[in-house]
Amino acid sequence: MAAARPRTIFLVFLAIALQGFGGVLPFARRALVDRRAWLTPDDFNETLSLCQSLPGPNIVNLSIAVGARACGWRGSLAAVAGLVGAPVVIVIILGVLYGQFGGLQLVQRAIIGLAAAAAGLVIATAARMAEPLLKRRALTAAPFILGGFVAVGVFRLPLPYVLLALAPLSIAIMWKRPA
Amino acid sequence: MSLAWPILRALAVQFSLLSLLAFGGANAVIPEIHRQSVAVHHWMTDKDFAALFAIAQSAPGPNFLISTLVGWKAAGIPGALVATAAMCSPSCLLTFWAVKAWDRHHDHPWRTAIGAGIAPVTVGLVFSSAYVLVRAADSSWRLGLVTAATAAIVYFTKLNPLWCLAAAALLGLTGVFGTP
Repeated sequence: MAAARPRTIFLVFLAIALQGFGGVLPFARRALVDRRAWLTPDDFNETLSLCQSLPGPNIVNLSIAVGARACGWRGSLAAVAGLVGAPVVIVIILGVLYGQFGGLQLVQRAIIGLAAAAAGLVIATAARMAEPLLKRRALTAAPFILGGFVAVGVFRLPLPYVLLALAPLSIAIMWKRPA
Repeated sequence: MSLAWPILRALAVQFSLLSLLAFGGANAVIPEIHRQSVAVHHWMTDKDFAALFAIAQSAPGPNFLISTLVGWKAAGIPGALVATAAMCSPSCLLTFWAVKAWDRHHDHPWRTAIGAGIAPVTVGLVFSSAYVLVRAADSSWRLGLVTAATAAIVYFTKLNPLWCLAAAALLGLTGVFGTP
């Protein structure tokens, strides 16, 4: 781990990003734990749970953590640049293509189907995230899942206020009776 | 192209705030991104948003790419870069600082409580995102069926979700969902 230089870190995360169609995390685990052995499996889980309790995409946070431990802020910068750079360029190109050809009937037809499937993907992600919580502590989790959904999804209330109302209460409950 | 400074400023402010609220990643803040870009700023329609989200999902990389595309739609390439930087920078700085602090003091009970407390709220927000996207994307029962099938396949099997996206796009090409 100590031997990793910013350039290596950049290239490793670049490779992770480009493989990560439909979810980067499995590829990150394979590269960082199995192939490079920069993290032990336990390190990986612990670092990931730290990253999950912070705002921002987990995988971007993970790259910051791995980079920081290898060589400070230069490592973090290299890791994020590797992870974010190429996908941003690709998605801008896709956006430009959509802007050029999005008016074509064929493209519009395909996009309609694509958008419906993409919505289904998010339902599945939400269900996967909900499952362990509901199994372990339905009583303390369900009200907050439902509260967040109704307030933001159904009533379209601004997110900052909803978080300010729900999160402290939920955290206080977890503080009193740890899961 | 001249730079649209007011839009760039709005993008920077909006996404750097969302960056710090995005517990669980960009999927948790989709409803807020949607509200700001469709209802508040009128950068795009509901349908545009669903299309951009679909494009972001089918590109490789982390799932915050919807912010890149919203920035692009609002103010071109400069908008894309500003939105991306704003979506990443605050949470990255926070994480960098938190990792340093974490490696100094291990196992603080407050950290566990915050993580466990925020988790169910985050799940509720991801369900909200799904709801917003369903409302934008599913204009007929056939499209609803595609959404439901994708959700079931991805939830119950280990199939790479890209296959579902590709299949739905191909189905769309045949015209079974109509043309907008």
